[in-house]
Amino acid sequence: MRVSKFISRWFAVFALPTLTAFSLAFIVPFVLGLVLSFCKFTTVLNAKFIGTANYGKIFTADSSFPHALGLTVLFALASVASVNGIAFVLALLLTRGLAGTNALRTVFFMPNLIGGIVLGYIWQQLLNGLLAPFDKTVQTSVGDGFWGMVVVFNWQMIGYMMIIYIAGIQNVSGDVLEAASIDGAGYFTTVFKILLPNLVPSITICTFLTLSQSFKMFDQNLSLTAGQPGGATKLLALDIYDTFYNMGPAMRGVGQAKAVVFFVFVGVVAFLQLRATRSKEVEG
Amino acid sequence: MIEAKSKAFRITASLALSVLALLYLVPVALILMNSLKKKLYLTADQAFNLPDSDSFAGLDNYTGGIAKTDFWSAVGYSVTVTVLSVGVIVLCCGMTAWYIARVKSKFTSLLYYMFVFSMVVPFQMVMFTMASITNRLHLDNPIGIAVMYLGFGAGLSVFVFVGFIRTVPISLEEAAMMDGASAWQVYFRVIFPVIRPTAITVAILNTMWIWNDYLLPQLTIGGRYNTIPVAVQGILSGTYGDRDLGAMMAVLAVAVVPIIAFYLVLQRYIINGVVAGAVKG
Repeated sequence: MRVSKFISRWFAVFALPTLTAFSLAFIVPFVLGLVLSFCKFTTVLNAKFIGTANYGKIFTADSSFPHALGLTVLFALASVASVNGIAFVLALLLTRGLAGTNALRTVFFMPNLIGGIVLGYIWQQLLNGLLAPFDKTVQTSVGDGFWGMVVVFNWQMIGYMMIIYIAGIQNVSGDVLEAASIDGAGYFTTVFKILLPNLVPSITICTFLTLSQSFKMFDQNLSLTAGQPGGATKLLALDIYDTFYNMGPAMRGVGQAKAVVFFVFVGVVAFLQLRATRSKEVEG
Repeated sequence: MIEAKSKAFRITASLALSVLALLYLVPVALILMNSLKKKLYLTADQAFNLPDSDSFAGLDNYTGGIAKTDFWSAVGYSVTVTVLSVGVIVLCCGMTAWYIARVKSKFTSLLYYMFVFSMVVPFQMVMFTMASITNRLHLDNPIGIAVMYLGFGAGLSVFVFVGFIRTVPISLEEAAMMDGASAWQVYFRVIFPVIRPTAITVAILNTMWIWNDYLLPQLTIGGRYNTIPVAVQGILSGTYGDRDLGAMMAVLAVAVVPIIAFYLVLQRYIINGVVAGAVKG
């Protein structure tokens, strides 16, 4: 372990700068955020401990949180299913040596580079144009806004997941596929009996990524629907943001408590997903 | 790979996918087309009409419309913030990852798990307290914000770097050490050249994130130094400036075109980087 000792003397140069920034941007704000969720405050300096009162206000009848939570769960379910289903079919088609495969892959991945705010406004133009003959906009009803967000999320994420599935499919050994074809297995038999079982790691990664991204979605929500009509299309992240910044400083404690609950939800989902991955890896 | 053999299938599938690909480009094409129309012709019911002699505005929206929105300065701030932050992240996180990967102690493994943990935490959990700290430390400017991006980017970046450095044989460092090199020299002369591909991955992932990030700059430097997403939100939601629909379309076009160009040039690196980042994340 001489290398270990050799490097460890250089802590101040190699680790300290990142560690300082990490403390300022993450560790201190995280701990402070936990503490403040039990306080009444308008700035971080005038906090007063009030126990769990903020948390009590989250699930009351006039709170927007339960609705946002329900909508977010529906949004995540619809998004995870549609994104992964479509991405998987595209990946299957784009690994069959068709003409123009590379160009198609390029096009399908492209939207992933456009940021959520810009993406939302681009789609607002398109969707409002499509809805104009019906005298509606994407902000007229919860249904239009909800499905609008699902479509935008699909447009952004399908290419990304497709790329991961393609990488997975290309990793399946050619020998196994050849053996299957010699044994007379048809294409669909090969997909279900050989490809799918071998793609469990890719499926897990894609499910996790789409799940966590849809759960945390903020930018596209703000730009496409801005929560309209009347806050009915607010997902969790936007609901928390509004509680902090658009409902008066007195609500900041409640906003912070909502954020802690949000963190716990996301954390539990991530933990379950990680455990599922681990157990699958042991089997494989 | 399972090559498709039937010719009819190959042709049908290629055609169907090409149609889908064209549909995929419609949203962007629509913005580009509408950015060439006069603002009076930009209502929702005329969104799909091609520009004609009445509605065609040439480049007026770009030359006149955007100037009124202060959008060009946003492009400058976005470039400054992104380049500076990504540079700092690649430099500092690579060094820290080397430290964590090679120094075996309880402290470094605790650090490692804290970085991993930070990736799971949603931004809303820390946004208020983080913005408050940024203001109090006077880091709320296009230079200081790089410190915050380093702190937030460290989770994923250190994680990706550590994953790769652990696969690098330690004998390289031992040999350099025997030759009397300092840790500084070992890192920059021996390790960094080896982990360059990972550095490119980390740079791409962070560029995509920081260039498009809205909430962090909005809460810290927004209002004084608007980056592109912050400016787009301000202009398109109509919170500032008059609602000039022509200018809005041009702003969206200017926000999108450089990203697409960047993507087309660096496509291979970007796609490989995203796969590497995803598989490790």
